[in-house]
Amino acid sequence: MSALLRVDGVSRYFGGVAAVSKVSFELTPGEIVGLIGPNGAGKTTLVNLVTGVLRPSAGRVWFEGADVTAQRPWQASRRGLARTFQIVQPFPQMTVLENVAAGALFGGGAASRAEAEDIAMEFLEFVGLTPLAGRSAMSLTLPSRKRLELAKSLAMRPKVLLLDEVNAGLNSAEIGAAIELIRQIAARGVTIMLIEHLMKVVFSLCDRLLVLHHGELIAQGDPRSVAADPAVVKAYLGSKYAAQEQQASAAPAGTAQAPGEQHE
Amino acid sequence: MKSSVSTIQRPRGQGLVWFVPLAVALALVPIFFNNYYAQQATFVCMYAALALSWNVIGGFTGYPSFSTAAFVGLGAYAGAILQNAGMPMVLAWVAATAVTALFAAVLGYAILRMKGHYFAIGSIAIVESMRLLASSWSSLTGGGEGLNLPIYPGGPDHAGRVFFYAMFVVMIVAAVMSIWLDRSRLGFGLRCVQQNEDAADMVGVNVNASKISAFVLSALFCGTTGAISASWVSYISPPDAFSILMTLKVPVMALLGGAGTVLGPVLGALVFVLVEQTLMSRFLDYSQAMLGLIIVFLIFFLPGGLLGAGVFARISARIARLRGVQA
Repeated sequence: MSALLRVDGVSRYFGGVAAVSKVSFELTPGEIVGLIGPNGAGKTTLVNLVTGVLRPSAGRVWFEGADVTAQRPWQASRRGLARTFQIVQPFPQMTVLENVAAGALFGGGAASRAEAEDIAMEFLEFVGLTPLAGRSAMSLTLPSRKRLELAKSLAMRPKVLLLDEVNAGLNSAEIGAAIELIRQIAARGVTIMLIEHLMKVVFSLCDRLLVLHHGELIAQGDPRSVAADPAVVKAYLGSKYAAQEQQASAAPAGTAQAPGEQHE
Repeated sequence: MKSSVSTIQRPRGQGLVWFVPLAVALALVPIFFNNYYAQQATFVCMYAALALSWNVIGGFTGYPSFSTAAFVGLGAYAGAILQNAGMPMVLAWVAATAVTALFAAVLGYAILRMKGHYFAIGSIAIVESMRLLASSWSSLTGGGEGLNLPIYPGGPDHAGRVFFYAMFVVMIVAAVMSIWLDRSRLGFGLRCVQQNEDAADMVGVNVNASKISAFVLSALFCGTTGAISASWVSYISPPDAFSILMTLKVPVMALLGGAGTVLGPVLGALVFVLVEQTLMSRFLDYSQAMLGLIIVFLIFFLPGGLLGAGVFARISARIARLRGVQA
């Protein structure tokens, strides 16, 4: 299978600090890939490098066979490489509908504002925000803002969607709904990479995991073998979590926070 | 749900309800009143065109520009120099517009990288730099002595009418541009930039190109206005052409009418010119202090301007409450 997105030896230095160091990976169409690692590991920086917010100090980014290393964020979204922000970024004084229509019009290439609003309604329906279409974005609660952020990204008709901690700050009921939503997005044929701290989410969604530590990719592979990798346990998951993982048949722990319960 | 959409969306098309009668009334002033009133009406049209222009960058895009006088002055000098070189007057106005637009494109590329206060200070510095340039480049601009232009033939009443209608046309074109912009893809992109520039970039708005386009649109009619007023007054000098006071007055007019509203700046210009002519002109010593008072009043009592979203929402909420009581 040819790669949709290929990141090839990408590094980014801030002064003498290597925030991301020689990271290479590929996303193949239809995958859901999790990007995990401790705080400050460089996960968000990596997303910023892939979407043109930051320019890599070294290395190349390829999207659909084209070198997109030097792209600007607006070019990334028009190409079909969309992302959400860890801290939601709405257009606060616009309506929810207008927010999503902006995504459809500029990133998604809708022909007119009317068409963009039609597309926006479709995606508001999809994320369950239809009743709030006429409200201003700043009046929404955090879970609704996260949904708005998703709808906005989806309206850009992305081929690859990079989700930066879409579940941070949500309670466990809301997380369940968010997981379901991400599944439905994947079912539409969107390739997804998600940054996530909640192991419950990672294990229930991801086909593959990438683990970042001090800017370096220390492990990648299927979730179970990555979770058992001693380097990952040492850097991120912790021995307590690994012990739980070893007793795979044992009852899951009660907390939702990583290291947390196991899937199924 | 439909009604909740309309409460937060800006009132669309409502501006035409008062703008069309106002424009018609203005157009009739030189026919029914003497040259003094025609002159005041010319000022209203001129400042309306300038405030509408400022609104593109300051209101729609949210970049507090103080470059208005730089564009007006450039237009005035470009028009004057070309007219003195033998170009027909109207052609010189068009050429001055083009020169100003080109200048704004180059300038915008450089200074739109700055934001907020930095942009404001950068844009006001342009006015001063241009004034100094006009003062020192004597061979082209006449330096501190200024430039004389041919006096328009046919007597002051006739000339007054000609220049009034010229300014009137510029105001109408600027208003049409605002209405178009509000409905256009570019206008929507500019509102995205105004709300959240990073998010705009991320949804696929070409932020730099949009901002530069907005800056050019905000400069175009300033250039025309400058060239027309140069021909009207038939004399220009650096401090008049690149007037710091003008660069401050125009944003105040736009804010008074409602920054970001489509036609509010016209109302702001009208009210401001009337206040200036009736009140400030009687207290010349205090006129600039009164400008300060207007600014303070705006900040405290009318942050959204006469046509701002807040005012409309408040009034319509009050009406809705009254209706609810009656029902």
